[in-house]
Amino acid sequence: MAEDVNHLLQMVNITKRFPGVTALDSVNLAVREGEIHAICGENGAGKSTLMKVLSGVYPAGSYEGEIVYRGEVQRFGNIAASENAGIVIIHQELALVPELSITENIFLGHELNRLGVIDWDEARRRTAELLQQVDLNEDPDTPVKYLGVGKQQLVEIAKALEKDVQLLILDEPTAALNERDSQHLLRLITGLRDRGVTSIMISHKLGEIEQIADTITIIRDGKTIETLAVDGTIDEDRIIRGMVGRTLGNRFPDRSSRVGEVFFEVRDWTVQHPLDPSRLVAKNAAFTVRRGEIVGFAGLMGAGRTELAMSVFGNQYGTRMSGEAFIDGRPVKLRNVKQAISAGLAYVSEDRKSLGLNLLDPIKRAIVSAKLSRISTGGVIDELQETRHAEEYRRDLRIKAADVEVGVDTLSGGNQQKVVLAKWMFSEPELLILDEPTRGIDVGAKAEIYQIMRRLAESGKGIVLISSELPELIGMADRIYTIFEGEITAELDAADVDQETLMRHMAPTKKGSAA
Amino acid sequence: MTGDTAARPQKRGFALSDVWLIFGRRGSLKQLGILGALVVIIAIFQIWTGGTTLAPGNVINIVQAYSFILLLSVGMVMVIIAGHIDLSVGSVAAFVAIVVATAMRDWELPWWGGVLLGIALGAAIGAFQGFWVAYIGVPAFIVTLAGMLIWRGAQQYVGQAQTVAVPAEFRQALYGFMPEVGPPTPYNNLTLLLGALVVAAIVFFQWRSRAKRKKLNAILEPLWVTLTRTGILCAVVIYATLLFGSGRVGTSFPISGIILAVLIIFYAFLTSRTTLGRHIYAVGGNRRAAELSGVHARRTDFFVMMNMSTLAGVAGMLWAARAGAAGPGDGTGWELDAIAGVFIGGAAVAGGIGTVFGSVIGGLVMAVLNNGLQLVGITTDRMQIIKGLVLLVAVGIDVLNKQQGRFSFIGIMLGRLRATRAQQEVEEISPGSQRPDPPGKSGPG
Ligand SMILES: Nc1ncnc2c1ncn2[C@@H]1O[C@H](COP(=O)(O)OP(=O)(O)OP(=O)(O)O)[C@@H](O)[C@H]1O
Ligand SMILES: [Mg+2]
Repeated sequence: MAEDVNHLLQMVNITKRFPGVTALDSVNLAVREGEIHAICGENGAGKSTLMKVLSGVYPAGSYEGEIVYRGEVQRFGNIAASENAGIVIIHQELALVPELSITENIFLGHELNRLGVIDWDEARRRTAELLQQVDLNEDPDTPVKYLGVGKQQLVEIAKALEKDVQLLILDEPTAALNERDSQHLLRLITGLRDRGVTSIMISHKLGEIEQIADTITIIRDGKTIETLAVDGTIDEDRIIRGMVGRTLGNRFPDRSSRVGEVFFEVRDWTVQHPLDPSRLVAKNAAFTVRRGEIVGFAGLMGAGRTELAMSVFGNQYGTRMSGEAFIDGRPVKLRNVKQAISAGLAYVSEDRKSLGLNLLDPIKRAIVSAKLSRISTGGVIDELQETRHAEEYRRDLRIKAADVEVGVDTLSGGNQQKVVLAKWMFSEPELLILDEPTRGIDVGAKAEIYQIMRRLAESGKGIVLISSELPELIGMADRIYTIFEGEITAELDAADVDQETLMRHMAPTKKGSAA
Repeated sequence: MTGDTAARPQKRGFALSDVWLIFGRRGSLKQLGILGALVVIIAIFQIWTGGTTLAPGNVINIVQAYSFILLLSVGMVMVIIAGHIDLSVGSVAAFVAIVVATAMRDWELPWWGGVLLGIALGAAIGAFQGFWVAYIGVPAFIVTLAGMLIWRGAQQYVGQAQTVAVPAEFRQALYGFMPEVGPPTPYNNLTLLLGALVVAAIVFFQWRSRAKRKKLNAILEPLWVTLTRTGILCAVVIYATLLFGSGRVGTSFPISGIILAVLIIFYAFLTSRTTLGRHIYAVGGNRRAAELSGVHARRTDFFVMMNMSTLAGVAGMLWAARAGAAGPGDGTGWELDAIAGVFIGGAAVAGGIGTVFGSVIGGLVMAVLNNGLQLVGITTDRMQIIKGLVLLVAVGIDVLNKQQGRFSFIGIMLGRLRATRAQQEVEEISPGSQRPDPPGKSGPG
């Protein structure tokens, strides 16, 4: 390929194979110096794999093709080699050590030292500087585990800045962030561009891409489809057409609203924080779910939506101080997960890797794991039934994998999410609690998941949808509860609510943003 | 895009990759590697000892002498899959043995009374340790380190550092041979009968699983695969039968071997085919996710710990029956052999991975090594060095394999080249674009 002075990076004919899968098939990518280059594509298209090739996670020799960076062919043998060249990747899953402080995390692996003795004062001073650059107002000594995901993301970027980054790779940086934190991050990335840092950003949030990207490369099934320069003419529909090869119709299915009777009710639910008994993560919460209804839970990060849901799902968060639950008017005990599952509850966690899946499982084992009783008699599992059920869900949800023997750890993020969804659908719940079910999911799959939710609701099940994406809540839910600091602040009809109204109830007072 | 049913026809021609199906589904290839290693080790010793290793007398001896280690490996693998460890098994075995021996001597318990007492005592010890692990939350490493001291001390206290003999019936019941019955043949008739039963069982189960798949319209493996597998399994069993049956008159497949085989099959079934087994894997693989799927993680922990000590008790009794007495030195270092067997058998230190069959094979590797090195006259000091190295190398290969993503020694060596050689070669090494249905698909490795 012609060497182009304008191009900071060229990846030429990259092919990467895994046993049984060709993840990348002659992919080309050209990134100009000082731009923000977005990579779009469906789940499993090969975006993360391409970035792992670039950053040396998959070393030179394990793929075919050439990486030309700053006009030279590079053969990175590991991550350290690419970092030396100024390429820093921030992975889809954050890689900070929760127990260590911000400073310790930033300098982890290349501690400032004199003769092996770490110079903490200097490290702390530099950290404070970096935190200022990323606009994060925290003490450098704060352990990372006390920071929310949004702030952790900023620490990752500070860490990259410390390494004197020239090409910053962000794999779905805003997937776990709420609107405000996302905007903050996007502003930061734009700011870095103005200082000469080139960025590659993977995201399924097309709105953001439209907002900040200069160029978009679209990947489908491991192949480069096209590279678009963002001018006025590129809109979301255009990107989607490139990603899925066709235009996508209505994103949210119609609300059919054959909403029935109230069948699930929670009253006076109060939960203590597990470590700090003086803090209540849910205060006298009360809500109802009708058959055939999708109920939305809106709230800022840390408002207590997940905590409330997990507490209802068999006391899996904190200590319950008071509260009763009723199904069809009869009180039910939800003291442990088993009771919750047999009462007909299912909870799809927002954190699929650490709470939703055993990554050692093949797809089929993962799918049946929440209701083994469905495929066993007298405690003995019928493996044929297991495979058949799993195959059914793989086809229904279009999980991208050769068969159900494939390990879930090799699936792309979006497909893992579908497996988790399948797992809880397999448990045949009456009430399905979905916590950020479309996080990290591509537009096409999102639409599919919305269809599935609607279908479940129409079959008479109740659905609780916890989401930080307000358009999703407004588009999907029939009714929305807003939660602020553990309290339900409002109950709104989704048909006539807008984002502003929701925001107002999600953060009633500006002052109350305690840590 | 992905292979739907149409892409996986029920009837297909001969494909090289189907050969691997003989040894089970995908993923069981790793166990095949260990099995291969075992065969190689046996072959080496067979040559080195001039044929003594596979002589009837010696194989009978191997089973009798090492059945307790294999038994411990079976229990240990479940503990390790669940993410724990048990260091107390040797002490528990010794303590149970001395209590049973003393009880049979002082209270004149019949042999079966002794066995029941031993099982109950092992279970009680396991319940005690399991309680600390599961419900108090002390790491199993610490609990069983304490147990190692406690039960060793208790053993010495009960036995007063003396050896206590066990009655002859107890020896015969656990350690003896099956009697000679029926017409005089060059073989032990009951061993032949046992072998025939096992062959029948293999044929029956292979046939039944095929029939069931057919009935449910599931994907069938090619017929020749089933036939070859059945053939290989039966051949191995028949060979073993003749081997065990042709020992000295009065010897047969040992009773301790039968006890062991029954327990292995039981636990292999338990771990691979029951909900309890799934729970053990789930808890070891991702404890929090398991809990959120409705698994009672604590109960599972309690079970594996209790089960382990129960089996340790049985192992102790088997040992006492073989030695004719329970003594102060019993069980020292057993935990190490058992743990080594489990890891050679492919289990992961972090939990969630491992199989009963793998551990049995791993345990057999240790047993054959012990036995073979003894036969060629290598002393304990050098034996320990060799065993240590084998453990290190076996697990090292396993770890490398995981990084490579699949099993093949060649793959490992080529993997080193990969980093340096040019690209076309890579194409040859990694089995290309293995979509579900290309015609000229090559086998793995
Ligand atoms: N280690 C691996 N072993 C086998 N297959 C893999 C491995 N890693 C990735 N794959 C496969 O490669 C393909 C591309 O995966 P990749 O993670 O790059 O997708 P992605 O575009 O990042 O998707 P997402 O948007 O869901 O994160 C998928 O089909 C995936 O199953
Ligand atoms: Mg990805």
